Amino acid sequence: MLLIRCPYCAAERPEVEFVYAGEAHIARPSDPSALTDEQWKNHLFIRTNPRGAHFERWRHLHGCGRFFNAVRDTVTDKFAMTYRAGLPRPTASEIKEARP
Amino acid sequence: MTAYRVSGRGRVDHDRPVRFTFNGKTFEGRKGDTLASALLANGVHLVGRSFKYHRPRGILSAGSEEPNALVGVSRGDGRAEPNTRATVLEIFDGLNTASQNHWPSLKRDVGAINDALYMLFSAGFYYKTFMWPKSFWNKVYEPFIRGAAGLGKSPSVPDPDTYASRYAHCDVLVVGSGPAGLAAATEAARSGASVMLVDEQAELGGSLLGEPGADINGRPISDWLEETKAALAAQENVTVLTRTTAIGYYHDNFLGLCQRLTDHLEKLPEGAPRERMWRVRARQVVLAQGAIERPLVFDGNDRPGVMLSGSARTFLNRYGVKAGNRAAVVTAHDSAWLAAFDLAEAGVKVAAIVDVRSNASDHLLKRAKALDIEVLSGWTVTGTGGRLRISSIRANPVSGSGKVGPARKIACDTLLMCGGWTPSVHLFSHTKGKLDWNEERQMFLPGAPTEETRCAGAGNGAFGLLEAMTEGASAGAGAATDAGFEAKASTYQVDGEVPCAGVGVKELPTDRSSSRARAFVDFQNDVTAKDIRLAVREGFLSIEHIKRYTTTGMATDQGKTSNMNGLAIASDAVKRPSPAVGLTTFRPPYTPTTFGAFAGYNRGDLFEVTRRTAIDSWAEENGAVFEPVSLWRRAWYFPRPGEDMHQAVARECKATRESLGMFDASTLGKIEIVGPDAAEFMNRMYTNAWTKLAPGRLRYGLLLGEDGFIRDDGVIGRLTADRFHVTTTTGGAARVLAMMEDYLQTEWPELKVWLTSTTEQWAVIALNGPNARKLIEPLVEGIDLSNEAFPHMSVAEGTICGVPTRLFRVSFTGELGFEVNVPARYGRSVWQALNEAGQKWGITPYGTQTMHVLRAEKGYIIVGQDTDGTLTPDDAGLAWAIGKTKPDFVGKRSLTRPDIIDPNRKQLVGLVTRDPKVVLEEGAQIVANPGQPTPMKMIGHVTSSYWSETLGRSIALAVVEGGRAREGQTVHVPMPDRTHAAAIAGMVFFDPDGKRLNA
Repeated sequence: MLLIRCPYCAAERPEVEFVYAGEAHIARPSDPSALTDEQWKNHLFIRTNPRGAHFERWRHLHGCGRFFNAVRDTVTDKFAMTYRAGLPRPTASEIKEARP
Repeated sequence: MTAYRVSGRGRVDHDRPVRFTFNGKTFEGRKGDTLASALLANGVHLVGRSFKYHRPRGILSAGSEEPNALVGVSRGDGRAEPNTRATVLEIFDGLNTASQNHWPSLKRDVGAINDALYMLFSAGFYYKTFMWPKSFWNKVYEPFIRGAAGLGKSPSVPDPDTYASRYAHCDVLVVGSGPAGLAAATEAARSGASVMLVDEQAELGGSLLGEPGADINGRPISDWLEETKAALAAQENVTVLTRTTAIGYYHDNFLGLCQRLTDHLEKLPEGAPRERMWRVRARQVVLAQGAIERPLVFDGNDRPGVMLSGSARTFLNRYGVKAGNRAAVVTAHDSAWLAAFDLAEAGVKVAAIVDVRSNASDHLLKRAKALDIEVLSGWTVTGTGGRLRISSIRANPVSGSGKVGPARKIACDTLLMCGGWTPSVHLFSHTKGKLDWNEERQMFLPGAPTEETRCAGAGNGAFGLLEAMTEGASAGAGAATDAGFEAKASTYQVDGEVPCAGVGVKELPTDRSSSRARAFVDFQNDVTAKDIRLAVREGFLSIEHIKRYTTTGMATDQGKTSNMNGLAIASDAVKRPSPAVGLTTFRPPYTPTTFGAFAGYNRGDLFEVTRRTAIDSWAEENGAVFEPVSLWRRAWYFPRPGEDMHQAVARECKATRESLGMFDASTLGKIEIVGPDAAEFMNRMYTNAWTKLAPGRLRYGLLLGEDGFIRDDGVIGRLTADRFHVTTTTGGAARVLAMMEDYLQTEWPELKVWLTSTTEQWAVIALNGPNARKLIEPLVEGIDLSNEAFPHMSVAEGTICGVPTRLFRVSFTGELGFEVNVPARYGRSVWQALNEAGQKWGITPYGTQTMHVLRAEKGYIIVGQDTDGTLTPDDAGLAWAIGKTKPDFVGKRSLTRPDIIDPNRKQLVGLVTRDPKVVLEEGAQIVANPGQPTPMKMIGHVTSSYWSETLGRSIALAVVEGGRAREGQTVHVPMPDRTHAAAIAGMVFFDPDGKRLNA
């Protein structure tokens, strides 16, 4: 069972307090009607599915209830770092530095 | 004293006889024996029949890796366990055990015919046989396979035992209490760190328990062990758990430990749990799992009496039991010589040591000579004789060029074998830690860890006693240091240790046809070397494929004794080095673990929470039959004496349509949406327009996902300009709130809106029927209930029966209806007051089944029953609920995607069966033409189907391709009895104009 650090509670808690919420940094378009079918399809369904660092959303459901972002390695399952929703995607060097 | 017991030897209590039964016969053992050691003491080697070939099998090992000696244990009162390893089963007075997988008896087993037919059961036989004729599958093959499948008899009654579970944290967790584990725990404990030391055996010591020879720090091993155990026990920061298996090593140093509490006790303490699952989060872990001896692969290596050499040594030195009176040894490793020496010194005649190596060490040869043991260096074993127990071996010299010379028969009653030792890396592998191949030593060793963990001792390739203790001390000190304590590794002095070495081998060379050899690799799943070679010939080159095709390593022992031999033979067959072929993945649990231990307290009433409404107790007192709806239990129907479900539902429906029914709707999800931007938020979430909805009015709301498919629905009231009372489906409440929170927090954080779940704050009583208004009029204060002042789809706050209420005028039945929301604590008293006041109109409580029928008569959908996550509003006939002028809402963009506007999408319609008495099955498929050849084109399925008492006929809802355009057409619904014709109709079967609703 993973330990996950909630960036709002500033505390490490077991995985059972959290739920996964899909890939991060996919903003809903401000005017979906302006998108072509192809663009809307990409927004809805196409995900990066990387091997390695994955930017993803989690929610501290049984804690503060906040959604936040995380970088997790899809090979090892391990979290490299978590950060608050709305913050920019961390750079590779920031991820490396954050790794315990 | 039995023939094979060595008086005064070992750790068993020779003054404490223990009587137990095996296959109905009573035997005597000693306190401290396992079933295996006690049977061996009585000269019993034959303990079971093998899985596939029903070959007679004996006791291979002395530990938890045992593949053969599986027995059934029964203690009465429903306590029964199949497939218990005799080598870890501690005996007590009255223990009742039986062998498995034979009929009619262990010695005469009809299933042994499979052994004669072994050519039919080669690797992948079940992919090749049972293929034809096709008609044989159901009646012949499948029953046969099911009858033959599995090992042991599962218990037939519920397990009466209880199981405990516990969470724990520690600084250093040490797995394994052999020399390395004890050294590690001692060091960590000395630093002040909190330490947990776990071992699967009944007492600490691991390999030290069977090791007589050496001295540690100038003390005999047994003395050192007692002193070390006492020192650990005296420290408050140390928790020692014996009979506790570390079954799995999970992320972030989280380990599962299964502690067996009562299986070894003669009398079960009242109320004591049988097992306890510890879930431990450790800062640092030291894995000292030890090593497992590898069998050798040769014809007849599975005959009872053939045993691992180290196990024979353990049986002698720990349990005081000789494996036989005339032993032979076959080995590729020095350690088997030590076993031979110990046995010879205990009075066993050792007929010969057959060593596949031609260059035995002088010190071994010297000792063998002194003990009068014949040594055959550079020889092989090519067969064994005997039926239910070994009586001889066939040994042959092997020349330098590899040519196998003429055979010689050597009489024996036990054969000790040793193919070297395999470091036990299971837990390390659970962490996805990489294993490095050591070419020189021909073994996989733990590589770079992925967790805060260290491997030490034989499990890390440090087989020598001093080497293991030094590594253990260093690992313990390192772990304590990394956990924030000060520690420095002690040094140990070991005297009298005999250094051991060996070589890796595949199958032993033979002068006979290897295709006829029954040379077993995996004893538990009956896989031979030939099977592995066959799999490679048939094109399986990856070890993962070879494993699954041959089933090697797939039995309950997870290939503890077989994986390395399987790999060596596979790598030889595919002509690639072992590391390139790779090792299969070890997965938790390390040894078979009971479901009870995993379930812990979560069984029966504690398996899952049952949510109950404030009115639930009244329903129970009044005879309701309940059904589970998500986590709730809801009243399903209220049968009167003598009524079945059909009669009760018919009566409840009739009463509601004709006069008055009451229904507990408290489980409806409720969300209070409050704030200056509440209406804007509602506009963005729901398809409907909310801006113009006046306070005091209700509206049906439809919620989509961004993909345009219906997610949820519910009636929503606007209480004030900035406050909405949202209802959701019972099952959707949490999901809808999570979805709203997601949008609010991450997409529109600028909106000033607050969301609160109020599902459990309100009890909801739905009153439906022509007399509903008459019932509540005298009880309500502060609300004008007239049709003009309070029309259909209104909400107002006032009091009812003196209790504050949010009163909804709304109907899910098509009748004049009200939903009385009162604070949950008043739910039952208001329900009772309404029930009493309603007696004059014959008020009838009804359950979810009547609710379903009444709503279906009106064509009201239930999200999740009539929709399945692929229906759009238009598909469901709800296009009217879309706010056409709104620029955007969740899911709007998807409603114009090409596949969403396809006119031939499945649409929700009504179905009217030609025979009005036929109630279709929900989920039944629909075809246009029943005469077409199979497989038929299915154009939809039935989503809801009921008997309608009101209409005197059946009704159904269904999704059908292009359904609305087919109205009036006949479709066909194949059901088990026959195919039924039905006409496609509109969805509203009753009161299409809504006169009753607006009355």
